[in-house]
Amino acid sequence: MALPAYTSPLERTWFYSYRFLCGCIFFFLIAPIVIIIPLSFNAVPFFTFTPEMLALDPAGYSTKWYQDFFTNLNWRGAVQNSFIIAFFATIISTVLGTIAALGLSRSEMPAKSVVMGILISPMIVPLIISAAGMYFFYTKIGLAATHVGIILAHAALGTPFVVITVTATLVGFDHSLTRAAAMLGASPTTTFFKIIVPLILPGVISGALFAFITSFDEVVVILFVGSYEQRTIPWQMFSGIREQISPTILAVATLLVGFSIMLLTCVELLRRRGERLRGIRPT
Amino acid sequence: MAQAATAIEQDVMVTVDGTPLKVSLARSLRRNKLKALLLVLPLFLFILVTFFIPIVDMLFRSVENQIVGTVLHRTVPLLAQWDERSGELPDETLFAALAEDFKEATAAKTSGRVGRRLNYEKPGFSGLFRKTGRKVKTIEPPYREAFIKIDKKWGDLDIWRLIKRESAAFTIAYYVSAMDLSYGDSNEIIRKDENNRIYLKLFWRTLWMSLFITFMCLVLAYPISYLLSTLSVATSNLLLILVLLPFWTSLLVRTSAWIALLQQEGIINDLLVWVGVVANDDRLQMIHNRTGTIVAMIHILLPFMVLPLYSVMKTIPPSYLRAARSLGANQFTAFVRVYMPNTVSGIGAGCILVFILAIGYYITPALVGGQSGTLISNFIAHHMSISLNWGLAAALGSILLAVVLVLYFVYDKIVGIDNMKLG
Repeated sequence: MALPAYTSPLERTWFYSYRFLCGCIFFFLIAPIVIIIPLSFNAVPFFTFTPEMLALDPAGYSTKWYQDFFTNLNWRGAVQNSFIIAFFATIISTVLGTIAALGLSRSEMPAKSVVMGILISPMIVPLIISAAGMYFFYTKIGLAATHVGIILAHAALGTPFVVITVTATLVGFDHSLTRAAAMLGASPTTTFFKIIVPLILPGVISGALFAFITSFDEVVVILFVGSYEQRTIPWQMFSGIREQISPTILAVATLLVGFSIMLLTCVELLRRRGERLRGIRPT
Repeated sequence: MAQAATAIEQDVMVTVDGTPLKVSLARSLRRNKLKALLLVLPLFLFILVTFFIPIVDMLFRSVENQIVGTVLHRTVPLLAQWDERSGELPDETLFAALAEDFKEATAAKTSGRVGRRLNYEKPGFSGLFRKTGRKVKTIEPPYREAFIKIDKKWGDLDIWRLIKRESAAFTIAYYVSAMDLSYGDSNEIIRKDENNRIYLKLFWRTLWMSLFITFMCLVLAYPISYLLSTLSVATSNLLLILVLLPFWTSLLVRTSAWIALLQQEGIINDLLVWVGVVANDDRLQMIHNRTGTIVAMIHILLPFMVLPLYSVMKTIPPSYLRAARSLGANQFTAFVRVYMPNTVSGIGAGCILVFILAIGYYITPALVGGQSGTLISNFIAHHMSISLNWGLAAALGSILLAVVLVLYFVYDKIVGIDNMKLG
């Protein structure tokens, strides 16, 4: 959107101030995330830039907070738990969510919007309420403060994302393909694995990534339902920020930002591939 | 074959095996419906057990009130016959029953739980029950005098009225206190006095803070969504990363970033001191108060506003604006009268989404909210894990849940849950 030659000075000013405003908003969005990266290399336990850091003096920088993160047993356990819990929760929510999405996108599905409403509700109900409910109920049936309990809780919170992304993929799905496969003699199982799965795979994977990040970032439920034994990275960060705040938190945050960039890249690549496969041109 | 023959006689269309087409079609449709249902069933059951039942169970807690009736099972039926307006204490038989109940409860160690339950209604009950529990073993008739000798509160009519009220299996007492109401002398519901009203104030604060955050998100998201939708695909995809990266970053990372930025020894204060706007010994307090919560929450929720707005704006053809201009509208009129009405569905979707998320937010207010920035969720958490008044936590939770569900319903009507998009 370049400016045509006939624009008046007023329009010109308006155009550039609008661009400046947008720049400021983008800065507001991204700056807090970028700023923690240099701060995590601080040599002293402050949350700000020291004069040495501003002078780019190597003595002002240090990787000791990263060393702390990699050697501290609290953090190591948290990393392990985070990956174990997120992994199993993702598998459960991806499998159940994908199967349900296949059913939901069939035209014969009765009471579709009601069922969809219930299946999406874990995403809408405030986390504190889900956490409270799960805390009481899981304590009653002996699942509180166990890995299984946390995995089930996180799987429930992750399924809406899988259902939404897979249903969205299935909107453009050509059902004559399955009929063609059936006509050519493929059994329903063969049709599912050879025809349906490859086509909806981008949707499934990006749903799985959403489910993974939901579990990986989840704090409220784990605070109530979990205990120290099930501590995840967010649990450890939360108690770290509450009790004694050290720049290790910022080192962890930096690593997590790197991790999010990785996941974001995956989702974007998948989305574009999916659009290309289904013949949707970016407009 | 006979069936086929009749079918042909009656000139009805049949399938190969001879059944009428209508029957066959209905059967196949039913089978397909069943198949669709079977596919959804596993997830439905899973959500039911791991999510739905726990929430219903919690809501039930907000009215559940078995403890008094179960533990004082001899006293409560007698209490039902006692006339609370007579101005007289219950009679000796009731006190005898109370002594029996107390002996049993002390042995089973349940008297403390009754005391704690009644203590939520009126402080002092916990102590009364503990004290009575200790001394009840050696109690001798006449029981009425003996109880009053243990603690003269047993001679207080209010105490008995309260026990009678809370001896029912279900209670609205938690909702009464969640709405800043209380019971008067003859059990009528009155408003608490000014100093004790906390929850309505808190609901009100949660409401206006969420509204303000939603509004600010809209104000900030609208220009950048518009910019994104007018740029070329390559540029807008690049800029979209600036929105998506915060969206994918853990909210604890973003909250700790804001702590680093806003605290008194933090970057913004350092910058302001360096520029000379504020004095070094007079740094701004921007965190652990309302400002901190609002700023951090706007930052965290902004992507949820940008994404729906952008996806709507992308579909509005730029020719609309050009048409409006060529018909004589100036730039402002064209934008307000033609462009903005087209984005209403995006505005609605984004606002409801952000508002729903804001109203139930817990983590960010808990970490940067301090005293003045806490929301209703923080009080629910407080009653869950510190004061252990679970009934009240459940009552506050169900009020919050009711608000969210109404909004969810509205969202479904405006946008449709099926149209919800991610990323």
